[in-house]
Amino acid sequence: MLDLALKGNKSYWTWLAGLTAVIGTAFIFYLWQLQFGLGITGMSRDVSWGFYIANFTYLVGVAAGGVMVVLPYYLHDYKAYGKVTILGEFLAVAALIMCLLFIVVDLGQPSRAMNVLLYPTPNSVLFWDAMVLNGYLLINLVVGWNVLEAERNGVHYQKWLKPIIYLSIPFAVSIHTVTAFLYSGLPGRGFWMTAILAPRFLSSAFAAGPSLLILLCLFIRNTTKFDPGKEQIQSLGKTVAYAICINVFFFLCEVFVAFYSNIPEHMDHIKYLFVGFHGHNALVPWMWTSMGLMALGIILTVNPSTRKNETTLAVACAAIIGGTWIDKGLGMISGGFVPNPLHEVTEYAPSGPEIVITVGIYAIGALILTVLYKMAIGVKEETHG
Amino acid sequence: MESSRRRFIKMAGIAAVGLSAHPAIKAVAAAPEHGPQYTLKTGDQALQAKQWAMVIDTRRLKTDHDLEPLIEACHKTHNVPHFTEKNHEIKWIWETHFHNAFPGNTSNYMSEEVEHRPYLVLCNHCQNPPCVRACPTKATFKRDSDGVVMMDMHRCIGCRFCMAACPYGSRSFNFKDPLLGLNEKEINLTFPRRMKGVVEKCNFCVERLAVGQRPACVEASGGALLFGDLTDPDSEVRHALRENFTIRRKPSLGTEPCVYYIV
Repeated sequence: MLDLALKGNKSYWTWLAGLTAVIGTAFIFYLWQLQFGLGITGMSRDVSWGFYIANFTYLVGVAAGGVMVVLPYYLHDYKAYGKVTILGEFLAVAALIMCLLFIVVDLGQPSRAMNVLLYPTPNSVLFWDAMVLNGYLLINLVVGWNVLEAERNGVHYQKWLKPIIYLSIPFAVSIHTVTAFLYSGLPGRGFWMTAILAPRFLSSAFAAGPSLLILLCLFIRNTTKFDPGKEQIQSLGKTVAYAICINVFFFLCEVFVAFYSNIPEHMDHIKYLFVGFHGHNALVPWMWTSMGLMALGIILTVNPSTRKNETTLAVACAAIIGGTWIDKGLGMISGGFVPNPLHEVTEYAPSGPEIVITVGIYAIGALILTVLYKMAIGVKEETHG
Repeated sequence: MESSRRRFIKMAGIAAVGLSAHPAIKAVAAAPEHGPQYTLKTGDQALQAKQWAMVIDTRRLKTDHDLEPLIEACHKTHNVPHFTEKNHEIKWIWETHFHNAFPGNTSNYMSEEVEHRPYLVLCNHCQNPPCVRACPTKATFKRDSDGVVMMDMHRCIGCRFCMAACPYGSRSFNFKDPLLGLNEKEINLTFPRRMKGVVEKCNFCVERLAVGQRPACVEASGGALLFGDLTDPDSEVRHALRENFTIRRKPSLGTEPCVYYIV
């Protein structure tokens, strides 16, 4: 099926060439990081995880979000999603590859990454995270590819795929749950040590993933002969509306518990993020922007007239993607490390090279997504068009 | 032809998955009955204990001046680099304020003398260490024989999960080549070199214990730091614990730190 990705117009090839240039540039910066060490990033012994791990966490959510089209189609036989499940699965594939790349660039000794398999350690959550992420990647690749190929050949997909498809649903939940457990099981990190962290991650995932999918559907409709469908986009819009409301609700639950109980260890991190702590307030404007964007997303997706209008729905989706990205990508990780276990404040901001490498990984994801979607849409155009 | 090639690729794929699962299966499978095929010999002079512990008599360490030689002794012995950039800082043992060492344990209107004393902090060699739980490669582990929480800097992949897990901020990461922060003439050639990209921390001087010497900081402290077996009622530390009121850092977390403070 890859042949379908080799036929494209000029703008397709220009886009791919542009992405390759970005990836190449970022790779040079990565070589610098390999040579010098992670000291070229903004991380320190107090904030020992930064932009890489934050973006990893965010993208695990995007990957898990794909299940919001898979589940209704295969479990509830919601036929309309038949047209878009492949988009959800391939989005998950691209997101998961980015996740794995973010982990690799974050390692101090990437050449030893295989030690995780050579000395498997079931008591480490990271071991399980590696298992479920790779498992979910494999599932989506196998399912997506085979179902698409069957569609192209005009036959029903192979019978043995069905149990794997069902398996993909709990797997989607597991990847983000296990990723949340990386943080929420650590003693002495008050911000993360909350049972609601995994549900919070899932709710933001189910808002951000489908939002991105809506934007991609609109883009596909405008640029190709394949229309993912008005009903499909509207149904996704409802999913987004529920998920973003639940996400904000969960956050408010956190705020209540921290501030009503009045326990400093739990309040200090939230204070640092939203009002500043002992004069340190680098993230304050970001966090309020995030809240504003999520509030805008709620207003535009809950209100039927703005949800049904695809222009305002697109604005809502962009706002939700931005809002949840700031929340998870900037606040969630730094917020947990500031103040540190000795109650000192070391602030963190990603360095230039760190941002370039991050953008490079996003470019790799975009490249993979472009090629996979080109194939999928090629098949759809053949069969539907 | 076409189908047999496909089948071959399929089988090769299945075989690859099977092979890669092998170590995971080994981990879950029962350990061999007679244990590993090698034995570790302990030196004749080695100091031994079931669980090493330290008692810091903060009453005897009143100023920065009193602490400096201890920190210096540790960092010299273990080739701990000195960097001026705060982001790259590496420390095994350092001094801090009471409210940083014991957050949540501060009181109002404390004795000024107690509050303004400098406090030494280092790895607590917890009996229930969260860092060991977190490490995905067993690069950090609690040694069965004497309870020291150790670091294999040649296995560590540099994921820094242990740093997030440690509730005492005791771990440092080599953000760049540690040699850049060392004076080549002062390098201790008897202690292993490490490379950039790995985590390191206090090791209770296992390399010194193995040859019958007490930890470098204890030796430099002139008796202000006591060291001994926590399980032995006659040990130096148990005497000190019996005779003095001591506190530990964040005992409520259940990590069971093995560094005690007399205040």
